[in-house]
Amino acid sequence: MEALSSLIHGFDVLLTWQNMALMLFGIVLGIFVGVLPGLGGPNGVAILLPLTFSMDPTSAIVLLSCIYWGALFGGAITAILFNIPGEAWSVATTFDGYPMAQKGQAAEALTAAFTASFVGSFLAVVLITFLAPLVAGFAIRFGPPEFFAVYLLTFCSFVGLGREDKHKIVISLVIGFLLTAVGMDTVSGQLRMTFGSVELLRGFDFLVAVIGLFGVGEILLTMEESFAFRGKKAVISPTVVFRTWATLPKYWLTLLRSSAIGCWLGITPGGAIAASFMGYNIAKRVAKDKESFGQGRIDGVLAPETAAHAAGTSALLPMLALGIPGSGTAAVLLGGLMVWGLQPGPLLFVEQKDFVWGLIASMYLGNIVGLIVVLATVPLFASVLRVPFPTIAPMILVSCAVGAFAVQNAVFDIWLMLAFGVVGYVFKKLGYPLAPLTLALVLGDKAEDAFRQAMIGARGSMTVFFSNGLVGTITIIALLVLFMPLIGQAVAWVRGTRAPKIEPEAPPVSAPASEA
Amino acid sequence: MPKQAAALAGVAMMCLAGAANAAWEPTQPVEIVVPAGAGGATDQMARMLQSVIQKHNLMKQPTAVLLKGGASGGEGLMDMKASPGNANKFIIAQSSIYTLPFSTNLPFNWKDMTPVAIIAMDEFVLWVNSEAPYKTAKDFMTAAKAAGEQGFRMGGTGSKREDHIISAAVEKVGGTKFAYIPYKSGGEAATQLVGKHTEANVNNPSENVAVWRAGQVRALCIFDKEKSTYTTKVTADQSWADIPTCRSEGIDFDYTMLRGIFLPSGVTPDQVAYYQDLFKKITDTPEFKAYAESQALKAVFISGDDMTKFLTEDEALHKKLMGDAGFLAK
Repeated sequence: MEALSSLIHGFDVLLTWQNMALMLFGIVLGIFVGVLPGLGGPNGVAILLPLTFSMDPTSAIVLLSCIYWGALFGGAITAILFNIPGEAWSVATTFDGYPMAQKGQAAEALTAAFTASFVGSFLAVVLITFLAPLVAGFAIRFGPPEFFAVYLLTFCSFVGLGREDKHKIVISLVIGFLLTAVGMDTVSGQLRMTFGSVELLRGFDFLVAVIGLFGVGEILLTMEESFAFRGKKAVISPTVVFRTWATLPKYWLTLLRSSAIGCWLGITPGGAIAASFMGYNIAKRVAKDKESFGQGRIDGVLAPETAAHAAGTSALLPMLALGIPGSGTAAVLLGGLMVWGLQPGPLLFVEQKDFVWGLIASMYLGNIVGLIVVLATVPLFASVLRVPFPTIAPMILVSCAVGAFAVQNAVFDIWLMLAFGVVGYVFKKLGYPLAPLTLALVLGDKAEDAFRQAMIGARGSMTVFFSNGLVGTITIIALLVLFMPLIGQAVAWVRGTRAPKIEPEAPPVSAPASEA
Repeated sequence: MPKQAAALAGVAMMCLAGAANAAWEPTQPVEIVVPAGAGGATDQMARMLQSVIQKHNLMKQPTAVLLKGGASGGEGLMDMKASPGNANKFIIAQSSIYTLPFSTNLPFNWKDMTPVAIIAMDEFVLWVNSEAPYKTAKDFMTAAKAAGEQGFRMGGTGSKREDHIISAAVEKVGGTKFAYIPYKSGGEAATQLVGKHTEANVNNPSENVAVWRAGQVRALCIFDKEKSTYTTKVTADQSWADIPTCRSEGIDFDYTMLRGIFLPSGVTPDQVAYYQDLFKKITDTPEFKAYAESQALKAVFISGDDMTKFLTEDEALHKKLMGDAGFLAK
């Protein structure tokens, strides 16, 4: 129980009036930062970093990490209300969160999202508290083949478990791969598809694409539907929070499953986005009535939010224990650690006990304070939907543009955002899913790098993806998931019936299984 | 406490007085362009400069760090090229000012900027996993040669850049072959070495110091003409100064990398003088010295004609090394 006494020591360090005030300030600021699309956690933390130079490290990390928690909570707000993901991992939250808001259940969706975030982060912090040394050892086992296998699993789960036509998912994925290849190629050190343009040097930023595809695309669609804004009949009362909570216990399995997925993917660096998608897809996979996903189901909000936040929180562990940032915000925090005179790495837990345990204690407290603050504002945010669309649309557009600009301080990105908006509109009209494109845009170049690094290390032998138990298992699961619809059909054909089965191991097939 | 505050105020006033003598001062918030990603060595240096400037009140205008790491920093370089005459902006550059244009035909040359000062030289060290059987660079090279076709895997940051150049040069002088695996960052290369996914890397001290202190990696030799001067123990029994030079271990090669400050082109001599003065003051602060020691940076201050001479020679050296390794773009 050494961990427990260390944790109590951490609370001891943390519980001063100054730290508590910083915590509240950080969370409120973080929510604002999270609500504005584009101006996500990394920017918020980076802007405030200079303020902390003169603080002691514990207070500084409390302030900055609370901005992070606030931004994590805030990212879901715009995703649900306007279909604009505030953060990369909020994309999957839009799938059912936005339909819920359109059905007049914005407050329920927000409550569910916030509570799910809390549960996910909380379980991840518990994991950090008790398993930190073990977990750090696990992360080190991930080399290029293992990373590639995880990315492969994410892509395959999209194709295998996706609701839309398979060929449309694959086309959307491939367009994403194409876009992500623009810019510098790490492995060859060469520029690709920049056509001599300076603006294209940095490639397509994920956030700019997401703001355009989802946010601007949605505004175009709504304009076409003659400004019909279906959220305004929302009935909002303060008791909605408690009514929603009353329905949550029956989703305990979804919450637990997503937390586990999130923790696992968060510790293998770079997994928060993959976690949210995988959490969503698996919840859909095991549900009895898959068809109602995407129409506004509450567990469609719970699953991705829990997974994303479990991943976002556990991503701090590799940063502290190994010095590898698991997310953009973690990378900025890493810069901060150095300025405060701390050296992230295996010895941090030994040499800087006050700091580490103060931070872990602040994760517990920050999450609780954050939950209370955001829940108190649910009616406020939900009532935004009562504002007539012609009034609010220009404001959304302006905040989208500001967000797109803020990502890289580049005016070119605003034009890019508008172009992506048109792409998003066309995709929706033609029934192509946007999520595979965004997923490929985030993970595509990482997957490519990992694949080519693995090939260099193994001198071109594909057997490297089955060379040990860890990578072999992930690869096989990925391939099984990819061909699940076909396997399901085969099983059904052998049994001489096409009737859907209920048990999860024999997947029923409702979607056409054409693999493009 | 009041004594310290008074002393600090005194320092601040002296600095203010110093700044007041200079003919030119920044007229807007000053942008620190970082041609690298968040959390890397260059970003850390930028944050450190920012905190020293703020703490000692060395500049009246505030500073802002601008990350422009696209295209391995090419984005930051092109941004500098596109801002002629803007003296409210400087870049923290390293050898990518030559390697990027050479390897990718990026339309850029260091002469598109105004050199201010080189404030440090970064070292490179040959590292292996601490559980590896070879204790010296000689043993390592013998083992690498013996591995033959199934040669060793060498991790590093990026492709056709400093780590890759060193790796290729070691292959040449040692008559061996590595499978060079390019990672996105030095931190990643460090972890991959600890996880035994590579046999060695040539990381900067700052990129490997954490895992070195934890006893997870072993330093075999340093790619410099002479040993480091930092004698404070970093691990239980070793300091930076205890690492032998690679030349003394039979790897006949040395390489160090500039960490230099540049302004855009077309700025006035007054403005250059202001920044030279500023960075002289910064490098004299105890914070900068402590930082340089923690990262094992070689303390230098090169400016003016000496810097131009250094850059010209360094560029020619890179052209030769990259030509030998076959890294030059056609």
